[in-house]
Amino acid sequence: MSEILPYLPLLGEGLLITIALTIAGMVLAVVVAFAAGIARMSPRRWLRWPAAVFTEVFRGTSMLVQLFWLFFALPFFGIQLVPFAAAILALGLNEGAYGAEIVRGAITALPRGQREGAIALSLSPYQRMRFVILPQAVPAMIPPFGNVMVDLLKNTSLVSLVTVADLTFTAQMVRNTTGATAAVFGTILVLYFVVAYALSLGSSWLERRVDPTRPARARTFWQRVLPDRRVMS
Amino acid sequence: MIWDWSFAAQIVPFLLQGLWVTVQITLVGMAIALVVGLFVAVVRYSEVPVISKLFTFYVLFVRGTPLLVQAYFAFFVLPSVGVQFSPMITGIVVIGLNYSAYTAEVYRAGIQGVAVGQWEACSALSLSNWQRWRFVILPQAIRDVIPALGNYLVQMFKDSAILHAITVFELLGHATAIGSSSYRYLEPMTIAALLFLAVSLPAARLIKRLELRLAHPR
Repeated sequence: MSEILPYLPLLGEGLLITIALTIAGMVLAVVVAFAAGIARMSPRRWLRWPAAVFTEVFRGTSMLVQLFWLFFALPFFGIQLVPFAAAILALGLNEGAYGAEIVRGAITALPRGQREGAIALSLSPYQRMRFVILPQAVPAMIPPFGNVMVDLLKNTSLVSLVTVADLTFTAQMVRNTTGATAAVFGTILVLYFVVAYALSLGSSWLERRVDPTRPARARTFWQRVLPDRRVMS
Repeated sequence: MIWDWSFAAQIVPFLLQGLWVTVQITLVGMAIALVVGLFVAVVRYSEVPVISKLFTFYVLFVRGTPLLVQAYFAFFVLPSVGVQFSPMITGIVVIGLNYSAYTAEVYRAGIQGVAVGQWEACSALSLSNWQRWRFVILPQAIRDVIPALGNYLVQMFKDSAILHAITVFELLGHATAIGSSSYRYLEPMTIAALLFLAVSLPAARLIKRLELRLAHPR
């Protein structure tokens, strides 16, 4: 264990890259999930079909194959991505495809009356989605999205295979230098576990936060000190 | 023309061999996952002092760490303590144990779904512990979770590509080998992806149908 101590800062840098990849992948995945999930329910065929093909292809192959394809095969079309960009793209598209099914599932699970009511009130399609459908569907999406994010974190380890210097990659470097295999892989297993655990805690916090049935928030300190009649009554 | 059809046709048989290896890994790995997962789930549910807690941590830890790092750990650390397996065996055991943590959770959901009255009836009939699991609880619990287990089978089929990193020569391994020897990655990578799709999409369809078939009103 002691022989890897001098290399801990290096592992720390790797951990930062892993976290950066997770956050960037998450942002892309959420955007892709909503775009593909909503497009797949569109009445327009030219929106629905590409979204369906995208979701099925990215859910039907493994993220490593997609990453290798972006990294090795895409250059034959004259597009050479830097490894970091290929990594974020593969992570975001892959987990985004899983997210798209979550978005679609949460929206279709709403009672039909909600959509019909919104139509009866002659809300525009945008208003229907923004003010009626999504506010009710989003809380149901949070727990499964939390799982997707933990998966995303774990999948970031695969980017080490296309030379992105993430936690796993730096661990390999430390292993090659020190030979302390058990210590270094044991350390990063624990690090991954801690980050994954923090992610799942974060998602259950968010779940409680957006729960439509949660009790009203307690008064803050300032509201107690300076009671505002209009707000209080 | 970017895509070379004759080259593509030439490499397909070789890639199909890789697909066969992938299928073998998946089947054996899933067998391990099903058995170990069931054992873990039953022990956790039985609340054996210490051991149940250990298994709970096992499930949490395995689910919270990447398969790739687990595979590296087994691949590099085991030989240093004198345990030497081929990459293929190591890979199958790692992926099987990795998925056992997921199947354990699936079984747990199934066990929890069995009505309390069933347990009470077991006590009333004074069935032994073995009899109650074997003849009453598990047959009902497992039936309910077969589709969920099927989804993990498909997931494992796709995830087995990760074992390429510890030099297991499966479908992705065949594809990269062709790529590095011919300097053409487009065809092998695309065909490998299509082969993955060709198995996983129909399999997912089949599981969907199975799910509808097994669904029963409660």
